[in-house]
Amino acid sequence: MTAIAVRHLWKEYGDQIVLEDISLDFAPRAFIALVGPSGCGKTTFLRILLSEESATRGEVLIGGKPIAREPGADRGVVFQRYSVFPHLTVLGNVVLAAEMAEAPVTGRLFGTRRRAAEEEARGLIEEVGLKGAEDKYPAALSGGMQQRLALAQAIMRKPKILLLDEPFGALDPGIRADIHQVMLKLWHTCELTVVMVTHDLKEAFTLATRIIAFERRRNRPEEKARYGATIAKDIEVWPKRVAGTRIARQPKPTFATPGRDDPAIPSGPGRDDPAHETA
Amino acid sequence: MRLVNVRPDRGTALVLAILPFALVVLAYVLGSAERLALNPDDKLLPSLGSLGDAIVKVAFTADGRTGDYLLWSDTFASLERLFAALAISTAIALVVGMLIGMLPVVRVLLAPFVAMVSMVPPLALLPILFIVMGLGEESKIALITIGITPYLIRDLAMRVEELPREQMIKAQTLGASSWQMALRVVLPQILPRLMDALRLSLGPAFLFLIAAEAIASDSGLGYRIFLVRRYLAMDVILPYVAWITLLAVAMDFTLARARRFFFPWFGAAQ
Repeated sequence: MTAIAVRHLWKEYGDQIVLEDISLDFAPRAFIALVGPSGCGKTTFLRILLSEESATRGEVLIGGKPIAREPGADRGVVFQRYSVFPHLTVLGNVVLAAEMAEAPVTGRLFGTRRRAAEEEARGLIEEVGLKGAEDKYPAALSGGMQQRLALAQAIMRKPKILLLDEPFGALDPGIRADIHQVMLKLWHTCELTVVMVTHDLKEAFTLATRIIAFERRRNRPEEKARYGATIAKDIEVWPKRVAGTRIARQPKPTFATPGRDDPAIPSGPGRDDPAHETA
Repeated sequence: MRLVNVRPDRGTALVLAILPFALVVLAYVLGSAERLALNPDDKLLPSLGSLGDAIVKVAFTADGRTGDYLLWSDTFASLERLFAALAISTAIALVVGMLIGMLPVVRVLLAPFVAMVSMVPPLALLPILFIVMGLGEESKIALITIGITPYLIRDLAMRVEELPREQMIKAQTLGASSWQMALRVVLPQILPRLMDALRLSLGPAFLFLIAAEAIASDSGLGYRIFLVRRYLAMDVILPYVAWITLLAVAMDFTLARARRFFFPWFGAAQ
């Protein structure tokens, strides 16, 4: 349960003003979508929430306290690409989150603690619809499956805030619809405040409780550098969506991802996306 | 059909791959035959038969003076030096390369220094090494190490910096410390790249090995070649050169296969 408060936030790169006097309050367990044209600073804003960049002026408060100076386990993230580790299997990627938390010296878990972590990880892998792919490396997964894995990995660490940087932007429409269902399920079942950057308005209205549009109000060449983006629209989605109200669980996927020697599953828009039956 | 679209089938590919080797051997045999026809005592291009005799003599006949099988004792002495140097270089490069690649403070401290050191011609240091460390094994191992370590360090540091920024951020959001990131994120992804870098340094490593052995040594492949050069013993030199080449090719091949075996994810993730 973590509220995010942004107070008079400015971000400048040299003479270039990117964000101009942004003030926002995000309620706990909100699902915020940040939209806007390219170069409007929405990704910069997300990076500030991630502590990858720092504000030039103003402050960001998380749960009432100033934001940490470096990325940490309280804020999970899924990027558009490179969010999972190519040298670890699906299971290894998810278990890694537990290993980082519990094994500061070796970075590895053994014995009963490993089995407990693996069991938890398998549960999450099943929840995001990757059951059967536990031993595959990310390179063998489709883009949609990699993003499902990235979600499971981020959730495994139980962050209070989940930051998404155009996570589904590179996916086909059919696969995107499936993964939206996974995302909503996670938002309903985990105690998460989600902030998502997207350039897809339909996606924003499908998922979010509140949509914030960034825009540069002055975009003439001679004004561009000295005027940053401000909030153009702040829309509460109606009817109101409340996290945790859709507890009715989706039926679990009834089949595993086929191995390379298994018969192909019936074709459809998401044939490499095993959870398409949950959609 | 355009030339860029012409693909040889497997049989043709095999024949084409063998062709340059066959041509070299053929040219040698013809040249040798021609020279020997003019002068049966010619030493420059000995016949395949006398090459064979020389191989039997150095590889399978005990040396009359020492009782050693020369080729094998030379190979053993050389590989011992080479592997010692490769092990030392790899260990140094792994630690320093990762530190430079991961930690901005160390990068500022060491990157310009390593860049400068890597430009010092190692062979120019050989006299210094001989003066300081003597003519024993240490100076030879040191020469190879000095020759390839800066390259390995710079290559590894660059490979570390090439890892996507997203991965480092992601690891931090999973709560990883710098140490954990080094251990679980950077090191496993650097090892296959290290094996590639090692493959590329095999050539220079052999160069420095032969050079050190040629100048001051009493055993080793390079020593033998430069020793028998005094007698124009091409029948020994040529098999030795072929043998050195074969050793390097075998190491290269082994490293390539080992990388594929130990890091199955690597090729696909590229």
